[in-house]
This record gives sequence, structure tokens and C-alpha cells, in this order.
Amino acid sequence: MIDISEIKLSNAQIAWRAAQDIQDGAYVNLGIGFPEMVASYQPEGKEVIFHTENGVLGFGPAPAVGEEDWDLINAGKKAITSKPGTSFFHHADSFAMVRGGHLDVAILGAYQIAQNGDLANWSTGKGGIPAVGGAMDLVQSARRVAVVTDHITKKGEPKLVESCTMPLTGVGCVTRIYSSLAVIDVEGGHFVLREKIAALSIDDLQALTGAELLTTKGVDALICPEALG
Amino acid sequence: MSEMTRYPISQEDLDMVKTVTTLREVIQQIPDGATVMIGGFGGSGAPIELIHALIDHGAKHLTVVNNNAGNGHVGLAALIEQGQVDKLICSFPRSADPSVFVTAYKANKIALEIVPQGTLAERIRAGGAGIPAFYTPTAFGTAVAEGKPIEVFEGRSYIRELWLKADYALIKGDLSDTHGNMTYRMAARNFNPIMATAAKVTIAQVSRVVQAGAIDPEHVVTPGIFINHLVEITHPAQEEELNRAEAVYP
Repeated sequence: MIDISEIKLSNAQIAWRAAQDIQDGAYVNLGIGFPEMVASYQPEGKEVIFHTENGVLGFGPAPAVGEEDWDLINAGKKAITSKPGTSFFHHADSFAMVRGGHLDVAILGAYQIAQNGDLANWSTGKGGIPAVGGAMDLVQSARRVAVVTDHITKKGEPKLVESCTMPLTGVGCVTRIYSSLAVIDVEGGHFVLREKIAALSIDDLQALTGAELLTTKGVDALICPEALG
Repeated sequence: MSEMTRYPISQEDLDMVKTVTTLREVIQQIPDGATVMIGGFGGSGAPIELIHALIDHGAKHLTVVNNNAGNGHVGLAALIEQGQVDKLICSFPRSADPSVFVTAYKANKIALEIVPQGTLAERIRAGGAGIPAFYTPTAFGTAVAEGKPIEVFEGRSYIRELWLKADYALIKGDLSDTHGNMTYRMAARNFNPIMATAAKVTIAQVSRVVQAGAIDPEHVVTPGIFINHLVEITHPAQEEELNRAEAVYP
């Protein structure tokens, strides 16, 4: 087993890399937790409009502690703010934006991603209480579905696999993976490696991946700001 | 608005006894075994005073529809803790402190139907609009789709989902005029307007009841036809603030 603990990207670096691909003017939904970090790394000069499924579009950053208004929260139940251009709407309208295909990008976390784009991210299938929230809606209907994730689990098992063994959130839905080691597209039922960190050879990366990595599109260096490491 | 009862509580004369009495009056019609939609997303938009009145009233064997499963020991969590809920239909039974629901679930004291959040919203919307079923791509190919009919439209697979209706809806608004024309406050809108449409009887708590004409018709979010009873609660509790104060109800 290759020890990647010293060379892998931090969550902040993964979030930064994902943020670079969001086009100006895009409508974007970020999943609860790690994916929310993407909002912190928007490139200067680009305006991105964030959607939260509980009924706010174009919201602002978190308020100062003590300034919270608990009628104004995001999907993670954290306080947010409004700003010029914010709108409020009810839940059926909010998910009309989702299932009607109006969102440009949804960025979520993952337990497993299969080479055909299947995503498992809502239940480990080991008992416990199931909780799906809006993930099943988002992954089927956003135009682009990106995942931010560690490349392997804490036990060292691949998260990118031939087929998911955990309960699915959606089928054939993931279009791009930003992992702690690489940027990988899902195309035609295969993982296509687009970028990888320089400290790892393609063979080493393949050894940490549970399905074949195609390199037919050319592989660029995955470079993120070191200050975020 | 038909058969609306207004329970006036003037701001000068707001005393808790009267508030509780009037809440009781409207809530006591909810019988054992009722299906009750409760608005809110987490604490935002949760009608805490109506839920606490339902606890005081004591109706049991309820089926509750909410996005979540309660947080701490107030509101929906308190209703579950009192053993009044037999079944919960929700999308996300997790919160900062879901211990009440988790305990009841693990003891097999409460049934859980998990519904993807957009499907939950659309099932409620369909219930309110008189549409018995609809097709959605959400959850196709997952465990949630098991046993549901599948149909292909324009080359893509969709699953059939059914409407969701309730006997009662408990919702929270901001302003209402005397006709029940309502507005909401920011993200506290969430499930409240659609639940108002999907119940036989909708009971709304609002921060202020104003005279007809005081709300610009262009700004009305829920028209009064969907509202049966209004209760004025001038300073409604926030679930988040109650939990930070470690409040327990009753």
C-alpha cells in the first residue's frame, strides 16, 4: 500500500480545484459539509449564484456570531445572510429548479463512485437510520454532478470502483470527480484521468483506484495553492 | 376563506393564559390517528406553539409529515418524546440532537418512511392540487424506487410517486390579513405554503393579523382559501433558540 498521507490534497485544496471549474453566472448547489467549502474559493471576477434546497437563491455568507436570524438558514441548518439579488421561495419551487434541470452544477460528497457514474452517498447499508435529504433529487437533475472526496477510504479501500456495493443515491449521474489525488471524468462508462498530483505515478494512482483509469485524453498536473495544504 | 375563526390576541393584552386557551380551542379538534403535516425545515418555519398545543391536547397515534425528525426536546422532538407519533414521513431524520427520534426508532415505537426531499415536496404539492400521481427521475435505480411503477419518457426512466394529503396542516407564517392571505419570513417559508394546500384543515400561526387590504395583493404568498384557522402568536419561539437554552417541553 502506498502511503499518500503526506502527498494528498487537503479538503481546502480539493474545494479550491472544484471552484475553478464553475463558470461565471452559474447556479450551484453545494452539499452539506465538505462541499460547502467550495463557496470559499470562488475566483475573483466570477459571480456564482448559490441555491439551497430549503428555498433561498443567491444567499450571502454566514453572519457574525450573535447576528444569526434562525429564519434564514441553509440546508445544513446553518445561519446564512441575504444580499442584493437574494430570492425566497417554497419547497416545491425549490425542487422545480432542481428537477426541472435549471441548476448548472451540484457538488456532493461520496462513499463510492462507480465507473458508469453511479453514486452512493446516503447510506452505508449497515443499519443505522437512513437519511436522504435532497441528494437523490440533485444527482438526477443538475446539468453537471461533481463529487469532492478523498481518493480512498480511511481504511485504504478505493472509493472509485467498478460498481458500487453501497446503496445507490443515483444511477449514471456523476460527471466529474475531484479527489485528493486526481481529477477524473466519467465518460462512456469509464473513468478518464484528466489531472493528477505530481508526486504520484499513473501506476501508483491506478493501484489506489478500483476500476481502470483511461489516459486517452492526456493527463495534466493537478496543481493547487500550497497555502491551502 | 371559508369558516375561518380568528382568535384575536392584541399586542397590549398578550397574556400566556389566554394564548394557551385559544390554542387549545383550535387544536382540540385534532383526533387520535390523524395525519398531520407540520411545516418547517429544521427549526426555520416550525410552528412551535401549535406543536406544543398539540402536546397539551394529547392526540395519539398520529402520522406526521415533516422534512425532519425533531431536534432536542422541543417542538416535533417533544411530540415524539410524548409517544404521540406512530409514523413519521420525512426526508432527513438527522439533526444536531436527534436523540428522541433515534431512541423511539430503535425501540420500534415509531415507523419511518424516507422520501427524497424534492419528491416529498412534490407529493405534497400534488396532494394540494388534486393530482394523484406523477413521474420523477429522482431515486430511479435506488432502494427508494423498489415496487414503484417505471415508465420511459423521451428515452429516460422515471418512477411513479403518489400524492400526499393530510387531515390537518400546522403551519407558520409572518403576516396574515383577516381573510387568511399570508406572507412568510425568509427561509421560514419552505414547506409551509404547500402543506397549507394539502390538508383538509389548515391551522396557521402568524406573528400578526392585519386588516384586509394591509397586505399588497401582489405580495400574498398563500391565498386565504387554503387557511381555515389563524392563531396570532406575536413573538413566536425559535426552535434553535430554545435548544441553545436547553429547553424541554412540556
